[in-house]
Amino acid sequence: MLVIDSVSKTFNPGTVNEKKALDRVNLTLEAGDFATIVGSNGAGKSTLFNAITGNFYVDEGRIVLGGEDITYCKEHVRSKVIGHLFQDPLKGTAPHMTIEENMALAYLRASTKSHAYFSRISAKEKAKFREQLSLLDMGLEDRMKQPVGLLSGGQRQALTLLMATMVTPRILLLDEHTAALDPATADKVLALTEKIVSERHITCLMVTHNMHQALTLGNRTLMMDGGRIVFDVSEKAREELTIDDLLEQFKVRAGKRLDNDRILLSK
Amino acid sequence: MSSLFTLSILQSALELGCIYALVALALFISFSILNIADLSTDGCFTLGCAVGAMVTLSGHPYLALFAAMGAGVCAGFVTAFLQTRMGVPSILAGIIVNTGLYTVNIAVMGFSSNVNLFASDTIFSLAKEKLPYGWYADWYKLLIALVIVIIIGAILSLFLNTRLGLSIRATGDNEHMVRASSINPLFMITVGLCVANALTALSGAILGQYQKSCDINLGTGMVTIALASLIIGETLVGKGSMFKRITGVILGSCFYRFIVALALRMNVPAEALKLVSAVIVAIAISFPYLKEKSSFYRQRSNNQNAYRKEGGTHAGH
Repeated sequence: MLVIDSVSKTFNPGTVNEKKALDRVNLTLEAGDFATIVGSNGAGKSTLFNAITGNFYVDEGRIVLGGEDITYCKEHVRSKVIGHLFQDPLKGTAPHMTIEENMALAYLRASTKSHAYFSRISAKEKAKFREQLSLLDMGLEDRMKQPVGLLSGGQRQALTLLMATMVTPRILLLDEHTAALDPATADKVLALTEKIVSERHITCLMVTHNMHQALTLGNRTLMMDGGRIVFDVSEKAREELTIDDLLEQFKVRAGKRLDNDRILLSK
Repeated sequence: MSSLFTLSILQSALELGCIYALVALALFISFSILNIADLSTDGCFTLGCAVGAMVTLSGHPYLALFAAMGAGVCAGFVTAFLQTRMGVPSILAGIIVNTGLYTVNIAVMGFSSNVNLFASDTIFSLAKEKLPYGWYADWYKLLIALVIVIIIGAILSLFLNTRLGLSIRATGDNEHMVRASSINPLFMITVGLCVANALTALSGAILGQYQKSCDINLGTGMVTIALASLIIGETLVGKGSMFKRITGVILGSCFYRFIVALALRMNVPAEALKLVSAVIVAIAISFPYLKEKSSFYRQRSNNQNAYRKEGGTHAGH
């Protein structure tokens, strides 16, 4: 589904702040793959996501999504088929617009016809939005006319998840999307994520700093350091791996201890 | 107080309020919704008036309104093009276009600094002829201005709830979200600024026909006046649906004209009007902030007094 072919990106080239954020990264995800990514601070996890979403163009290499070369495709064009959740729950929704309006914007992806520009939200769509909101079990379906700014961080993140997957994306990028939430809400959003991803077989990449999640969620674990993927484990080898093994592997592959100030070793 | 407000003052304040409300609505789009300070408003207002006046002069007062809007769209497009495709910061883009428009406006008026329309038909004079005589004979100008502003307000309110309108609103509300949801923010800024400047120019064209003249300095300070109307409107009505906010902006514009009429009535010289406008804007913008501050100070002193009464004599030592 996703092929990243020796992609490199250097920020501020030729200055003292030069930083090689991605260094010939290679990654192939099959359709339906759900890979977790762990790595130290500044390892290039978010940069990898931004390269995929088109936040910047890469210096070298190719990115192919669903058989289509999107390396130089504009960000708003490729975001039609990419779902992206940020760590900050405020980034995914427009605070001064109502829940209904936010969902209508997400639903824009579904229609490619130009006349859709002047259409308004239909009663049928409202019913559809309402039905989807009720799946969250947060009572949001009765607050559709309220501005999103009134919701809690967890509610906003759940809504963002719903919006990102409303039209099934080719790939879903989750950038520590539960890290800023309280533990109970984080569990809820995570359970919801698993449910949506598995029900619709969405190809998914998820950055996490929770080692337990890294090994139990999805079917593959990637480890990044210094702009490279240093460890890639799946299937049987992954099942046998413990958290201690994972940390040991990092030490061996990266030549240093996993250094992430938010790292969670236990569940 | 009755001598302070005569019916004719009320009437002309409402007339001007409705006409200038279109500029306030333009700023509502660019400033409140898109979060862009579009400083080309002054020049664009004069552009609308100049284009409108020239077309009116040639005998087409209705066409004049559409021609002015077309000119406004062009001005808005240039401002948007500079900031979305050429990397010019939005405030600078507005200033650059504003400066350039001065020459364009002079050129439109045939390289003269004013044009008068005393001999031409205007939408107001034509309406006066067509309307049957009745009690409203003296109110026809207000009637026309009101009809236009209601039509524009209704269209705008519908437009901002279409997919395109929603996308424009989201662009000003959360850029991260917009980029992640297949909306092209550059296109939305362009559309928003074109619509906003069309309204500014329309307002200029109507004002030109209303006062039967156009002057190169007509637009000076327009951005401040429109901002005052906008802020007054938002303070009066508060947040809510698009329809509610648009109504608030129109009311704010009328309210502003009342204040100006009041100031004139109290013998403030006409030259001082711009200063009065500036003071009104400053007060209107800082009002919500000061209100919050004062409630904080009140609460703090209440808390401190309560503490002292309880015998906390060591407070502050």
